Amino acid sequence: MAETAVRNFNINFGPQHPAAHGVLRLVLELDGEVVDRVDPHIGLLHRGTEKLIETKTYLQGLPYLDRLDYCAPMSQEHAYCLAVERLLGVEVPRRGQLIRVLCAELSRIMSHLLNVTTQAMDVGALTPPLWGFVEREKTMVFYERISGSRMHAAYFRPGGVHQDIPDQVIEDIGNWIDGFLKTVQDLDDLLTENRIFKQRNVDIGVISLEDAWNMGFSGVMIRGSGAPWDLRKSQPYECYAEMDFDIPIGKNGDCYDRYVLRMEEMRQSAKIMRQCVDKLLGPDRIGPVSNTDGKVVPPKRAAMKRSMEALIHHFKLYTEGYKVPAGEVYAAVEAPKGEFGVYIVSDGTNKPYRCKFRSPGFAHLQAMDFMCRGHLLADVSAVLGSLDIVFGEVDR
Amino acid sequence: MSEALHDLAGYLKDKLGGAVETADVRFGELTITVPASEIVDVIAFLKRDSQCQFYSFLDISGVDYPARPLRFDVVYHLLSPRQNQRIRVKVQADEDMLVPSIWEVFPAAIWYEREAYDLFGILFSGNPDLRRILTDYGFEGHPLRKDFPVTGFVEVRYDDAMKRVIYEPVELKQEFRNFDFLSPWEGTDYVLPGDEKAKVN
Repeated sequence: MAETAVRNFNINFGPQHPAAHGVLRLVLELDGEVVDRVDPHIGLLHRGTEKLIETKTYLQGLPYLDRLDYCAPMSQEHAYCLAVERLLGVEVPRRGQLIRVLCAELSRIMSHLLNVTTQAMDVGALTPPLWGFVEREKTMVFYERISGSRMHAAYFRPGGVHQDIPDQVIEDIGNWIDGFLKTVQDLDDLLTENRIFKQRNVDIGVISLEDAWNMGFSGVMIRGSGAPWDLRKSQPYECYAEMDFDIPIGKNGDCYDRYVLRMEEMRQSAKIMRQCVDKLLGPDRIGPVSNTDGKVVPPKRAAMKRSMEALIHHFKLYTEGYKVPAGEVYAAVEAPKGEFGVYIVSDGTNKPYRCKFRSPGFAHLQAMDFMCRGHLLADVSAVLGSLDIVFGEVDR
Repeated sequence: MSEALHDLAGYLKDKLGGAVETADVRFGELTITVPASEIVDVIAFLKRDSQCQFYSFLDISGVDYPARPLRFDVVYHLLSPRQNQRIRVKVQADEDMLVPSIWEVFPAAIWYEREAYDLFGILFSGNPDLRRILTDYGFEGHPLRKDFPVTGFVEVRYDDAMKRVIYEPVELKQEFRNFDFLSPWEGTDYVLPGDEKAKVN
């Protein structure tokens, strides 16, 4: 038989592909069915957020943060608010902090539900997304009842949160938790011991702890490899220090461990939310939700009807905004996908001089090449699913 | 917290000698500046030294100050999970200067350096893959520089006659508006429109 020239095969994965979780173009170099090289082409969703924010006041810039990781919008706002607050030296009142923690954990559940169920879909299961999205829809309804918007909330503001939550909403969130845990248990029954799911995920995309640190991983990705590192525990912000919750860590650093971690983190988030609900309905039922100084947080409309000073503050804050002292800060939160950081350079005016977002997905996606080499083509979508990529934050 | 950072700053000045130009703690964060030629050694030291252990790589970002002779700051953010501390390392560079790449210390730096090259035009020597990353294929210019207009230069649309996406110069129905909020009572260093005569006397 004549020898035929053997050559590697290049294929394009995406930009439009249901398993690409957005607009990702992967140029795959295949040797038969084995992946030789992965070259992710990103930037198809690049909107120039960092450039746009330089032309906006600090308050106007805030809604851009929702549009980064649009699966958990409030976590991004949180990092931005922490950065601005540190520059301004502003304190958030206790009730505001509790509401923030409640919303941040709601966002985490929103993001993990999406990721866990679509990861299952990437490897061929259709029921988990159908079940999971019922609960996810409910979290979005809570979002709407809290902030007025299902996704792009713009609810966290430097100095606190935009408005107080009615007791009824907090009670409803408290009542929702039990049903939600039941759904998590159902998903658990469906997937965790499922033979096909395990065959597709166990020992796939293994990354050692040292490599994980070198690749700039954070969040679930680093905990999956065995690092007990969570910013909520190690560098607590807001009132996480007084919350009782556990940080699950993985052993093997494969796709399956990361899936199990996300399931457990949802339960822990529910536990934190329950504590917040109890406090918000109990000892901290009444109190300001945002800073009362008046130089950063605009006054309420009712106050403006009676107070000249409030009217002036309102006018100044919604036209000129507030000036932020010169300097630079880096503030980070434990977003659902990993460490989301905001680096703000202020020149003392009412607009940021430079605002850089450190998105976890960017570092995780970079490791696609490293993690997929030697795997089969079918594993690419499993690895991609477990990386938890959202293009809003990767491309910014 | 801030005392520990001052201790760390002192320790770094001791160990790295002349490489640390300045070290200051502001807003509870430590910033050190180093010359571009030393950056690889400094990052490697921060990662491997047992007192530092900044082995979590977070971020590289550029900052543009057009008025300076060395217009760019390259800002590295590292985290030490062991010491539970963060550090910021700054390097100054201009358009033509080569900043040594730190990818051999942290492989994750490759994409971050690509991003800084793409958005600012900062050049990194030794980076194996210094292509554009976030902007369009065939994009020209470096959008995060302060002299790059927010509106950009070209816009795209699908042309039905040519059956493909075409590029055209940006045409704005309304000028891009950038309001000046500096208070005239707090001492602007320019003459306000209509105030020309007032400043003469």
